[in-house]
Amino acid sequence: MINKPTTKFGQIVEKMDGRVFLLISLILGLLTWQAVSMTSAGAVFAGPVDTFQAFVKELSNGKLLQHTYASLYRVLGGFVLAIVIAIPVAFMMGWYKICRVLVEPWIQFLRTIPPIAYIPLVIVAQGVGESAKITVIFVASFLVMVVSIYQGVRNVDITLIKASRVLGARDRDIFIRVIIPASFPFILVALRLGLSASLTTLIAAELTGAQVGLGQMIQEASMYFRMEIVILGIVVIGIIGFVLDKTLLFLERKLAGWQEVRSV
Amino acid sequence: MAGSAERIMSGQPKVIVNGVKKVFQSSRGEVIALNNTNLTIHNNEFICVVGPSGCGKTTLLNILAGLDEPTLGEVTIDGKSIHGPSSERGVVFQQYALFPWLTVRQNVEFGLRLKKISKGERKSIAEKYIESVGLKDFANAFPKELSGGMKQRVAIARAYAVNPKLLLLDEPFGALDAQTRTQLQVELLKTWEKEQKTCFFITHDVEEAVLLASRVVVMSARPGRIKTIIDIDLKHPRTQETRMSKEFNDIKNEIWSQVYEEYLEAKK
Repeated sequence: MINKPTTKFGQIVEKMDGRVFLLISLILGLLTWQAVSMTSAGAVFAGPVDTFQAFVKELSNGKLLQHTYASLYRVLGGFVLAIVIAIPVAFMMGWYKICRVLVEPWIQFLRTIPPIAYIPLVIVAQGVGESAKITVIFVASFLVMVVSIYQGVRNVDITLIKASRVLGARDRDIFIRVIIPASFPFILVALRLGLSASLTTLIAAELTGAQVGLGQMIQEASMYFRMEIVILGIVVIGIIGFVLDKTLLFLERKLAGWQEVRSV
Repeated sequence: MAGSAERIMSGQPKVIVNGVKKVFQSSRGEVIALNNTNLTIHNNEFICVVGPSGCGKTTLLNILAGLDEPTLGEVTIDGKSIHGPSSERGVVFQQYALFPWLTVRQNVEFGLRLKKISKGERKSIAEKYIESVGLKDFANAFPKELSGGMKQRVAIARAYAVNPKLLLLDEPFGALDAQTRTQLQVELLKTWEKEQKTCFFITHDVEEAVLLASRVVVMSARPGRIKTIIDIDLKHPRTQETRMSKEFNDIKNEIWSQVYEEYLEAKK
């Protein structure tokens, strides 16, 4: 500790558990939310009580679960598909020069285009069904992940490769025993970036046109000025993102705890 | 100068560096890293190489390791020409180069695993060398849990474990503090006295070179070449006390003045 707390209050704060602070932080947040909803902004900004009531109602009539399930299905579908394809593509680019020079310029170009820009194209091509949404989510998270994993493969410490060579490693051994484990932390970082890209794109795709899904729920509720449902949708999306991100973070600690410095 | 280099040592010539030249292409044109280099290393000899930065020490080591090919000339070990890296020539790098995702034991076993040595034998070889570098209690630790000196001990154990014909060390103690460095020098000497091995050791530290070497090679810069080779006849076992002797310091001063000349030359 740089500053030893001298006041009594400071000493109490020092001794308290992190979980207590989380609770306090949560309560403070809810109070602020309540306070904002009681001002003139309250006309648009539904308060926590209204939102909670909406939550109970939408949960009991089954609509909320239906929307959440539809959205999760799309996110995970597009995201998992992107992982399965991004990993081998990134390794091929890192390992074979011919792949690198042919593929990299396109990936660098495409990834600068916001996925929202090509949603209309995909909808025209594939309709408003599930496959269109999964395609858009796939493309968006694939581009983010392939770049990040590829950087990881390229950044593998050259001395580690030399060290393995002088211990008798051939190309195949180097790939399996050095390149893959050394880029593993980058894969986990890529997964987190890809997940966040998936969620962003999901909502954009659902806002553009869907029969069901959290984005559609928000869109429809806003047309009827049901602001408590709009906010409910936003909160649920936030919770989904938070839980999935924490899951990946947990995996990173479990599987890549050997790192000297965590990459994120 | 040449006389001492060609002096016949007891034992067989192990490594012969014959007329090696290495040219690198850079954006400013060709750079001659190494020119007309000849060196014979005998079996179980401990060679230390000193010289200013850019004198081609590391280039020579990389060529011996097979990590680099000479532009001209040839290097042979036991009469066979060196092409590409192999586990018969172990390298200890300044940056340790441990695999961070493997434990100490798994690092030491890395080369043995590639040699398809059975699990039981692998374990006993790894344990022997981990114990010899005093890290028995850390066998299951990951590199991030170790200090710099401990990491370099693991790297040395890993290099020894595959039983190479030639051990190449590229400023292995350069990144360590003075105390740890002294400790590791003494440990390396003990290991070498116990388990004879042909060593090629690069350093900036003249004192280190005199303490460890049977012969010290002084190199000069631009283009890198061997300036002189000096026999170190100090008797073994060498210890901390060896450093205090007049004989030791006389040799050290002689070599230091040779190296210093090269530093001045390189600065021009």
